Amino acid sequence: MKLITAIIRETQLEAVHEQLIKNEIERITVSRVSGHGRQAKEQIYRGSKVKPSLIPKIKIEIAVNEEFVDITVDTIIKAARSSNGTGDENDGAVGDGKIFITNLEECIRIRTGERGGSAI
Amino acid sequence: MKRFYSSLLLLAAFSMSVFAQSTPAIDSGSTAWMLTSTALVLLMIPGLAMFYGGLVRSKNVLGTMMHSFVAMGIMTVLWMAVGYSMSFGENVLGGFFGWNSDYFFLKGIDESIMEGGIPEYVFAMFQGKFAIITPALIAGAFAERVNFKGYVVFIALWGIIVYNPLCHWVWYGGSDTDAAGFLFSDGAIDFAGGTVVHISAGVSGLVAAIYLGARRNYKIDNIRPSNLVMTLMGAGLLWVGWFGFNAGSSISSGLSTAQALTATQVAAGAGLITWLLIEVFHQGKATALGAVSGILAGLVAVTPAAGVVQPYGALMLGIIASVICYFAIMMKNKIGYDDSLDAFGVHGVGGIVGAIFLTFFIRDAAAAGFIADNADWSVSSQLWVQVKAVLIAAGYAIGVTLIILFVVDKTIGLRATKIEELKGLDDSYHGERGYGMVNPD
Repeated sequence: MKLITAIIRETQLEAVHEQLIKNEIERITVSRVSGHGRQAKEQIYRGSKVKPSLIPKIKIEIAVNEEFVDITVDTIIKAARSSNGTGDENDGAVGDGKIFITNLEECIRIRTGERGGSAI
Repeated sequence: MKRFYSSLLLLAAFSMSVFAQSTPAIDSGSTAWMLTSTALVLLMIPGLAMFYGGLVRSKNVLGTMMHSFVAMGIMTVLWMAVGYSMSFGENVLGGFFGWNSDYFFLKGIDESIMEGGIPEYVFAMFQGKFAIITPALIAGAFAERVNFKGYVVFIALWGIIVYNPLCHWVWYGGSDTDAAGFLFSDGAIDFAGGTVVHISAGVSGLVAAIYLGARRNYKIDNIRPSNLVMTLMGAGLLWVGWFGFNAGSSISSGLSTAQALTATQVAAGAGLITWLLIEVFHQGKATALGAVSGILAGLVAVTPAAGVVQPYGALMLGIIASVICYFAIMMKNKIGYDDSLDAFGVHGVGGIVGAIFLTFFIRDAAAAGFIADNADWSVSSQLWVQVKAVLIAAGYAIGVTLIILFVVDKTIGLRATKIEELKGLDDSYHGERGYGMVNPD
């Protein structure tokens, strides 16, 4: 079992969510987080451009069995890429985020108490 | 200025006959109330922004509120430039709309005082607020998927060629019957804008919602309101503002003002209770969104009627409006068109209910006045006049809205692109974000 944690742009959330559901990955947890990597996207407030020091991002957490790792990761990569304005719609830009994969020791379904892969 | 305009000419004629002196003195009481009403109606627009803003997803909240706010800018300037003249000037082009060069940029009414002792500026600004809120109401029908630039051009054109003529037909009283707007001289009763504001906005919204098509994943995803707290506050502001909207439409401060104010309060309360009762029986829970929907249904239905019904009539209108609007929204969900925030379901349907059912609750004194003017008057003759006015207003609004939609869509673009819609209106068109750390939805 793996825990896939993806940090993505707020604006890509719906696209990612839509694609995950399309690929039958329906058990996800989404939260709003702030952070910064290399992105410095300007926002405009009353005419002055502001570079936020901490940028709002979305964190998606998905616990999966081994056979679903690749499809989940591929789906997120494809849908979370935004346009850098040079060509194709989804050619990727600085700030599109990261995906972390960690080993998941145990998974327990609270309702039944069942453990392991079947509880995911 | 010898002209006497008000939606109330008929009522005024028998309640108090005020006839022209050469320059009427300012009636400070009436003027004070009309100034207050003008401010109250303006308050409805931020109220509408909050009402609509709370109903959309968090990524669209600013874009949706901007639909109301930008209308305050555009319609104010257009109203000052040509709107007031087109609405309340003398008939031109066979009465299609009005024109008076004194009203062009409001340049000739600097010292004008109207018959009721109210400076004309106050009347012009009061009416201008109606011209702002009407197109802003339409935005609820195509929320979350409209291009901002396209929307701006759409409401500007809609205001000029749909709202102004309709306003002229229904509310321009002229110097006598032949000079009045044609629905006005027919005797159509529209006290504060059931036809001009709510039906026109509602049916135009319906047309726009169908023309633009549904939001992505409408019916598949559960598209939930981001902030019902804000929606409730907005509805509260709308209710408060509605006293200016209805009671101010007496264009005076007196008996008819009090009658309209009472009818407004009663209808809103009746609408609220009725909606909640239906929900409790139909789905088991009385919802907050249901409560505010009932308030709005009642308020919309009493808008055309506020001048002619007694509290009992207002009660009935509130009840009937909630029942019919509730079913209209259920039908929408069955049929599947995406009138996102129910601009048609509440404003269009509620407006039609009010305009037609008011006929059965006209107070005796008002009916006696109609009979004094026209011996053939009867409830059924009035009913026909009301139905005709509704059909004409709705037909005109639908036809012209379709043309405007087509033109704007083909030139500027009206529907947000797939990517813009996925990202949300706030990021796509405004470069800002609405909520802070509110969870995504």
